[in-house]
Amino acid sequence: MNRVIYIPFLFCSLLFLQAFVFNNILFLGYINPFVYIAFVIFYPLKKERYLFLFLSFLLGLAIDFFADSGGINAFSLLFVAYIRLFLVRIILKKTAQDYLLFNLQQEPFGKVFNYVITLIVIHHFILFSLANFSFQNFSSVLTNTLYSSIFTSVLFFIGTYIIRKKK
Amino acid sequence: MQQLIYFFQKYRYFLFFVLLEFVALFLIINNNTFHKSKFISSANGVTGGLYENFSKLSDYFKLKTQNEELASENEKLKNLLEKHYSIQDSTTSNSVIDTVKYNQLYSYTKAKIIKHSYHLPNNYLTLNKGIYQGIQKEMAVINSKGIIGITENSNSEYTRVQSILNSNSKINARLKNSNHFGSLAWDGKAYNVVQLHDIPRQATLKIGDTIITDGKSTIFPEGILIGTIKDIDTKNNKNLIDIQLFNDMSNLSHVYVVTHLDKEKINSLNNPSNE
Repeated sequence: MNRVIYIPFLFCSLLFLQAFVFNNILFLGYINPFVYIAFVIFYPLKKERYLFLFLSFLLGLAIDFFADSGGINAFSLLFVAYIRLFLVRIILKKTAQDYLLFNLQQEPFGKVFNYVITLIVIHHFILFSLANFSFQNFSSVLTNTLYSSIFTSVLFFIGTYIIRKKK
Repeated sequence: MQQLIYFFQKYRYFLFFVLLEFVALFLIINNNTFHKSKFISSANGVTGGLYENFSKLSDYFKLKTQNEELASENEKLKNLLEKHYSIQDSTTSNSVIDTVKYNQLYSYTKAKIIKHSYHLPNNYLTLNKGIYQGIQKEMAVINSKGIIGITENSNSEYTRVQSILNSNSKINARLKNSNHFGSLAWDGKAYNVVQLHDIPRQATLKIGDTIITDGKSTIFPEGILIGTIKDIDTKNNKNLIDIQLFNDMSNLSHVYVVTHLDKEKINSLNNPSNE
């Protein structure tokens, strides 16, 4: 898809999917997936990062508006957006020259799996710690992180598989 | 100077990142303080309007249970009315019509929840009524089964409510069969169980006793139902009581917002310096 339309389309569709569908799933009463993290994973790699960091912050903030949660989504999404390049360097072993031709679907599945799971777990852990906002009930933060991470990653991999099939 | 520019050049993304993170942190801290949470809330024009349209759609799936609830509330009110009529009949001598004796203290406004949550550590609801309909901050929100929360801030058309399922929520509550009171809070675990603190030790408690609102604050009227005692923890010195709510907090739709008509008069007694 055209890159000019691609990013606003990704932004809006992830925002509305998260606000109206995925925030209301409540599997087993409390487990929600946070698939808007796909924005950070799909956003094209670039050396220039101001726009990317700002858009990640904005997407998190927009979801906070819908979920009445202060700025926790903005904080955690911005954090994973910032550490994304480090993870690309460490796990996917890509340098700045490879950014232009980088395509996640052409990478080996094992590496992509590690990369995506790391991003999701870090994001969810920050999100639930901030939502809790105290050191009480810390065990519930950990269980929530675990279950929601599993849920999000399953949805993410199923989603990418379906999109890839269509092409 | 050269070094400083070099420093900014090298760490420009990091500094931008830190700046945005501080903005987010500021919003989070604001959101955790009652009365200050004005920036990020679903009670604004855009998200409020979207949620209202979305809840119109999802309402059709709840019509049956809502009807049953309304019918049972009607039944209760009709019984009360019947009781009132029969009292008037039997005591014909008692016919003092005096405007002084008949003063209304509370008025009720119906509203609808267009967005709610119950699975977070701090839960908020959004109502489809606002300042235009006379709703302000610090008003009680109840339904036919019991208490739901306190209004926190409102704009012209929407209101944000702090649910009782919020770690910042504190509500005055007492036993139905005695006047011992305590404060109601939530520990963030189960969405249908809240905790009652600071009940004096001499109060006699039994599992299954009913807990109601106290009516000593200017927010909740007296006698709004809360729940029944589920468990009494006497191991520690804290005297912590678990309360099973009457309301199913995961299934709410139509609510009443209670306006205390003499609130300003009572509050002016407590803070005479404000006059």
